[in-house]
Amino acid sequence: MDLVLIWFVLIAVLWTGYLVLEGFDFGVGMLLPLLARDRGPGSAPAVPGQRSTSSEDRRRTLLTTIGPHWDGNEVWLLTAGGATFAAFPHWYATMFSGMYLPLLLLLVTLILRNMGLEYRHKRTDAAWVRRWDVAIVGGSVIAPFVVGVALTNLVVGMPMSEHLSGTTAYTEFSGSVLDLFTPVTLLGGLALTALCLTHGAHFVALKTSGPLRQESRTLARLAGAVAAALSVVLLLVLGADRGTVASWVAAGVAVVALVVAIAANTKGAERLAFVGSSTTIAMVVVGYFLMLSPNAINGRDAGPALTLEAAASSSMTLTIMTWAALVFTPIMLGYTVWSYWIFRRRLSVDHMARPDTRTEEMVG
Amino acid sequence: MDVLELARWQFAITTVYHFFFVPVTIGLSAIVAWYHSRWIRTRNEEHLRMAKFLGKLFTINFALGLVTGIVQEFQFGMNWSTYSRFVGDIFGAPLALEALLAFFLESTFLGLWIFGWGRIPERLHAATMWIVHIGTVLSAYFILAANSFMQNPVGYRINPDTGRAEMADFLAMLTSPVQLVAFPHVITACYMVGGALVMGVGVHKLRQAKGGALADRRMYRHAARLGAVVTLVAGLGVTISGDVQGKVMTEVQPMKMAAAEALYETPPEGECAPFSVLTVAGLGGEDPTHVLEIPCLLSYLGTGSWDGQVQGMVELENEYRASFGDSELTRADTYIPPIAMTYWNFRLMMGAGFFAMAVGAWVLWATRKDRAPMQRWVGPLMVLAPIATILGHSFGWIFTEIGRQPWVVFGEMATHTAVSPSVGSTDVWISMGVFTLLYGALAVVEVRLLLEYIRRGAEPFEEPRLVTDDEPLAFTY
Repeated sequence: MDLVLIWFVLIAVLWTGYLVLEGFDFGVGMLLPLLARDRGPGSAPAVPGQRSTSSEDRRRTLLTTIGPHWDGNEVWLLTAGGATFAAFPHWYATMFSGMYLPLLLLLVTLILRNMGLEYRHKRTDAAWVRRWDVAIVGGSVIAPFVVGVALTNLVVGMPMSEHLSGTTAYTEFSGSVLDLFTPVTLLGGLALTALCLTHGAHFVALKTSGPLRQESRTLARLAGAVAAALSVVLLLVLGADRGTVASWVAAGVAVVALVVAIAANTKGAERLAFVGSSTTIAMVVVGYFLMLSPNAINGRDAGPALTLEAAASSSMTLTIMTWAALVFTPIMLGYTVWSYWIFRRRLSVDHMARPDTRTEEMVG
Repeated sequence: MDVLELARWQFAITTVYHFFFVPVTIGLSAIVAWYHSRWIRTRNEEHLRMAKFLGKLFTINFALGLVTGIVQEFQFGMNWSTYSRFVGDIFGAPLALEALLAFFLESTFLGLWIFGWGRIPERLHAATMWIVHIGTVLSAYFILAANSFMQNPVGYRINPDTGRAEMADFLAMLTSPVQLVAFPHVITACYMVGGALVMGVGVHKLRQAKGGALADRRMYRHAARLGAVVTLVAGLGVTISGDVQGKVMTEVQPMKMAAAEALYETPPEGECAPFSVLTVAGLGGEDPTHVLEIPCLLSYLGTGSWDGQVQGMVELENEYRASFGDSELTRADTYIPPIAMTYWNFRLMMGAGFFAMAVGAWVLWATRKDRAPMQRWVGPLMVLAPIATILGHSFGWIFTEIGRQPWVVFGEMATHTAVSPSVGSTDVWISMGVFTLLYGALAVVEVRLLLEYIRRGAEPFEEPRLVTDDEPLAFTY
């Protein structure tokens, strides 16, 4: 296998890692308002319009399940960006300048979401907490949607044209921002958002105990059905245009894995459910990259595509990067797994120190 | 403003803002880790209280450093796509390595440190903060290597077929002379920021604790003095590395050094160049009015010899015109950078650093024995000293980046050729407006939160212990 192909695969791996990992913490963010409503007698808030203690405890439990991990999860995106820059400079340049405003939206939502996760618990006053909740929930919905739209654009093709720089030809995005939002790309955004929601619900079912665990399983069934419907339509539409045998297989595995995940969740096999939705997300990414190959960005309407060969770095850079990845990726995976192992136990609202006994907001 | 100007402003705004938080992250993580480890060695309760107290300030700051760093990663592609195409082969590698080696380390181990109270054996727990610190330093190394390439490209060749720069020697790029002096200069300056911050907070809390519990007074005095020592020692490192850097710069970027001095004409053969401390007017080249000059000092700073030859800008520009004038990628109108910006930022950078060192020395004196400096002006001074160190970084970066103009990659690519051709000025206006407003709002939130946590001070000591499975966790969101 030549180096260009290896790096194409590695970029796919990085996107897979990003969406499988941050996918569930996006999902947990989306679940905040869904799983934190008060149910049953005795849980009504003392002051009308205020959240009750139990609802706040639920939110804190949900956020604590991802607390030690979300930041590391996001680094997969940064690594995907950096690796694209190093291995495929033209891809990096064309994609990020072409998707200028969507990328701006993604950056802003990620910034606000991260700040929310970091700052929410730093003060206890209701307005402060509520404002950051909006940032966390909004970011968790919008970010996967924008990523879905962006990746789908690569597959369905972006409007591009050939340019000359000196004696060198290169392809450059030649559309407007509106060209990036078509029914298919919007469907891609919706499907990824629904998949993340399902995936997050599986994660919560796996990581909590008590009522939270039960309710997230119920929600996962519903979200899973929606995600399955959207994904099937999306993969059919994309496959009809760009499908290859391999991409159809990946799409098939994605759908089967999702069905298995939904069934496992119903039966209470939470680990299998989580593995199932992880597989689905991974296979969607694999299917996307199979429909991309041998291009980095497909062209729209018979326009020129950006090929991997044209986009790639010199073989020296790719060799250096390959060695670096071979040496350092196992180390990185090692401590990542270790940190998940350290924080492996299930959480419940009972693990949250009560507000009156909490020493300030943070002991970190 | 055209796209080029807007993109440059956006890069300046986002980068200078990002770099308010970076040095705090690097400097403070070391001090937090040191206090945490000291507690394990000495079982001095005050050390654990300080580790936790400063740790809170650290996490508040880290959050903003991280999110503004995400923008940095993508804006090369957004606004500077021609640049990214031209140098991606070389420039992308350290960026990717930074993410793979440093960002994962920082974020994973910071998560372990924050949530690890009661969950991880204590020695290992203290080690996690050291690992965070190592991550921040690694990160700085890679990003500085990328920047050093822009200042002084080495280890590459231009591929005549593609017109792009390609990697020829990665190790040479990672260890270029510019990189080897820039890294210690920036890192020691980061320790200065951490030191000045801890010193400022320590003195402030010490003043408040006067008449309070003895343990609190002892704790904050210790922090104030530790911070002062770090500021001084690191400041010495900054001075020495800066001196070496000046000589390397004179060699590889003589125009930058000449611009820093507003030195137009090369001094006649056999005459040394003076260093001007201040200049009023005359930076335009018509008879510069140096108010205060130190004879021959510029020759020494630039060459290490008191009668060394330093070239002036006029001569240099003629040389550059002759060698770069005709290439498509390098064509520029002038090879002289904006003089006032380089001249004043260079002086402000040094002034800020020396000011913080002077304050550090004074704090050591003023807190000797059991003294607490209670004068009214001490309060503002303790706010000013850390701010000076942070602004010192900004001045330094503005100097080094403006002084490189008109190049984006010295000698290889002029800045005006580097912008994204497919991005219109409306797009850049929107993103610049959004980032400016967002960053401004976040700055207000962050400063308020920091002040609030500083006001609360260190919490009372609590014996740490491993928690069992069904009791409330020591730390939750």
